[in-house]
Amino acid sequence: MLDVKNICKTFNAGTVNEKRALNGVSVHINDGESIAVIGGNGAGKSTLLNAVAGVWTVDEGTISIGGVDVTHLPEHKRAAYIGRVFQDPMMGTAATMQIEENLALAARRGKKRGFRAGITKAEREEYRELLRTLDLGLENRMTSKVGLLSGGQRQALTLLMATLQKPKLLLLDEHTAALDPKTAAKVMETTRTLVNRDRLTTLMITHNMKDAIEYGDRLIMMNEGKIVLDIAGEEKQKLTVEDLLARFSVASGGAMLSDKAILS
Amino acid sequence: MDGLLAFINSLPGAFGQGFAWGIMAIGVYITYRILDIADLTVDGSLATGGAVCAVCITMGWNPWLALLMAVVAGLLAGLITGLLHTACGIPAILAGILTQLALYSINLRIMAIGSESTTKATLALSVDKQNLILSSRYVRELGLNNPLIVLVIAVIVVIAVLYWFFGREIGCSLRATGANVNMARAQGINTNFSKVLALVISNGLVALSGALLAQYQGSATVDMGRGAIVIGLAAVIIGEVLFSKVFLNFALKLLSAVIGAIIYYIVITLVLRLGLEATDLKLLTAVVVAIFLAIPHIKNQYFGKRGGKHHA
Repeated sequence: MLDVKNICKTFNAGTVNEKRALNGVSVHINDGESIAVIGGNGAGKSTLLNAVAGVWTVDEGTISIGGVDVTHLPEHKRAAYIGRVFQDPMMGTAATMQIEENLALAARRGKKRGFRAGITKAEREEYRELLRTLDLGLENRMTSKVGLLSGGQRQALTLLMATLQKPKLLLLDEHTAALDPKTAAKVMETTRTLVNRDRLTTLMITHNMKDAIEYGDRLIMMNEGKIVLDIAGEEKQKLTVEDLLARFSVASGGAMLSDKAILS
Repeated sequence: MDGLLAFINSLPGAFGQGFAWGIMAIGVYITYRILDIADLTVDGSLATGGAVCAVCITMGWNPWLALLMAVVAGLLAGLITGLLHTACGIPAILAGILTQLALYSINLRIMAIGSESTTKATLALSVDKQNLILSSRYVRELGLNNPLIVLVIAVIVVIAVLYWFFGREIGCSLRATGANVNMARAQGINTNFSKVLALVISNGLVALSGALLAQYQGSATVDMGRGAIVIGLAAVIIGEVLFSKVFLNFALKLLSAVIGAIIYYIVITLVLRLGLEATDLKLLTAVVVAIFLAIPHIKNQYFGKRGGKHHA
């Protein structure tokens, strides 16, 4: 479904702040596969996700989604294939718009927007049912401004928006990192439910080793802009946090993960 | 007593100005409130609207057609600012200033069309000689020629069309762009297109306002738009301060900008009666807008903190 070939990205090239964020990354994700991405700060995890989402274009390499070469497509055109949830709960929704308006915007992702109604009556009913599945009581607050919701509620809503139209690829960028542990667990549960329901091809960044091990079919570890570990199948199922730390230490030549990663 | 009578007598004129500027305020609302950009093009495009309308009428065109041409000129002005901002990456404020500056020269040329001189700073219209839709001369008359009728209808039509538009898919994508540009792009919205479209619509409305003003006042001048952005902001802010708690519907929010403009002109009429010179008005307007813009900030900065300490 996703085919990333040898992509490179350098920020601030030619200055003292030059940073080679992606250094020849290649990864292939099969249809319906879900992958957890881990790595220390500055390893290139978010850069990889942003490269796929098209926040900027890569310096080298190609990216294709479902057989379509998207390497040079702008972000808003790639959005036709991609559902995204960001780390910052503020980023995925429009705070000054209503819950139902946000969902209606997401329902039109990748479609031509013309002079049809921004939201229809039939849609409202559909959204009410979908919101009910979140079990957050949002189905009774459909005309409330999203800005009034808590961080966890916003992330759950963003998840719903990202999957409202089945995306070819779901990108989750540490989407529970800004939440308290209890809310984070709940949002992770919602993620699992939605991903399993639609068999979504997913790329999820996490700082949480446990989440990375429990979640998904495959685990990728990044260091210094490269993929240093790629564990799948039975091997992944047997993995423990201790294994992972040990293997990371070997793969990265003795470097340690950030404190945050070790503590979690 | 005489002063009061004179003030009441001048109220219809304040309403006329207020309605005409109200349409301009709606244009400012679209960029400033919906798109979150302060667009300074409007100082130029208001005069462009007036100039185009006045020239068309001087050449004997139908006054309705003159209004339409003025709107088209405004749309183009907005398009230029939009392209400078999105395609050329110039910050929105600066893009607006550049277009505004360029329009000053263009407006002088526009007003000279059909005359022997190459540039012209004013163009007079007379309801005696020309076919005008509205004129301030009849603002106190009870009859169909009262300009307030045309102005009220214009305001209603503008609000109705915008209410419809912003409920459409394309209108919603424009609102989303202003609310959260990252989210809008992630939902597949071409945010550059949204920004250009908002600037185009806004300046079209501002030019319509300029065209109505030119007919209403009986003249177009090259500096009729000087400080227009501040008057527009004043109208938007006065409307919000007074009505934001009661007017929740989008159409009513647009209407509150128009009412803000009317109140602004009533206050202006009052202070002129109290002996201020017309040339002092810009200072007064700037002070009023600065105070209203500063209030939320000062509230948070000083009273917010103190409140927090009490709670702790």
